[in-house]
Amino acid sequence: MEPMTQTATDPLVIGSRSYRSRLLLGTGGFGRLEALTEAIGASGTQLVTVALRRVDAAQRGSLVDVLDAAGVELLPNTAGCFTARDAVLTAKLAREAFSTDLIKLEVIGDERTLLPDAVELVAAAEELVAAGFTVLPYTTDDPVLARRLEDSGCAAIMPLGSPIGSGMGILNPYNIGLIVEQATVPVVLDAGVGTTSDAALAMELGCDAVLCASAISRAQDPVAMALAIRAGVEGGRLAYGAGRIPRRRYAEASTPDAGLPDFGS
Amino acid sequence: MIAVNGTPNALVQPGSTVRAMLDLLGVDTDARGVAVAVDAEVVPRPEWPSFVLADEARVEVLTAVQGG
Repeated sequence: MEPMTQTATDPLVIGSRSYRSRLLLGTGGFGRLEALTEAIGASGTQLVTVALRRVDAAQRGSLVDVLDAAGVELLPNTAGCFTARDAVLTAKLAREAFSTDLIKLEVIGDERTLLPDAVELVAAAEELVAAGFTVLPYTTDDPVLARRLEDSGCAAIMPLGSPIGSGMGILNPYNIGLIVEQATVPVVLDAGVGTTSDAALAMELGCDAVLCASAISRAQDPVAMALAIRAGVEGGRLAYGAGRIPRRRYAEASTPDAGLPDFGS
Repeated sequence: MIAVNGTPNALVQPGSTVRAMLDLLGVDTDARGVAVAVDAEVVPRPEWPSFVLADEARVEVLTAVQGG
């Protein structure tokens, strides 16, 4: 029983930080702040993303106050940046705004798919690590790029399962498995989760955590989906620790042949 | 003229401080989640009361929104 218990309770460690929950929640897509608060509670998350945008005098309610009241830590992102220069400046502004060295580094290379720009991403990661940030890069499912990001000092690797908000799940489980195999920092499956099974698969593949936004915030019942995906993350983590049986081409009887009666012909 | 968040703003006079500009815009300067850049450089919060805006300065005033 000990390995199971260990897998179920060992914390997620990112840099110098430690979390019980292995589900990170994106705050985008929730219509009301109350709905966000309820989903945070249901998800059990301890770490949620926030973004920076120009102040809007018409804005009602303070997002930061709501998140502080929910007791979660903030993970600012650089969403919307297309160059290393913009991402680095946005990260520095986020550090000022939220008093944290954590940054979810996004450098987008294509508007339609929102896929990361690998060259700009590595450049930004190197600069931010040098500036003392704890960098969590949103990246493609390319194991070589993942290694480059880890080598540049990133505190975690966050490969996509499929494009942001697509809900297509994990398109290349083989690559995610390779990234997990080689990584010495946590691997967080980021983007593409559509429902519980996607999150469970990520964890079964050995990912250390899952970051989920749209799948929860845009579900018909976000609180129910937060509960479901939380269960998927926890179940997948347990299954990873439990050690699944190998796949085989043909059946292997689970009932012994010995003692089989002979009823004649 | 000084541009604030992409729009020329005649109310923000050259020579005024970042802090004065934020007051003019009605931004709660005590609230967490606010950051200011002038000409693509971060202005740290402790410098808001003393940082003087030059004419033609491009100012970005950012705050926390849901996302990611």
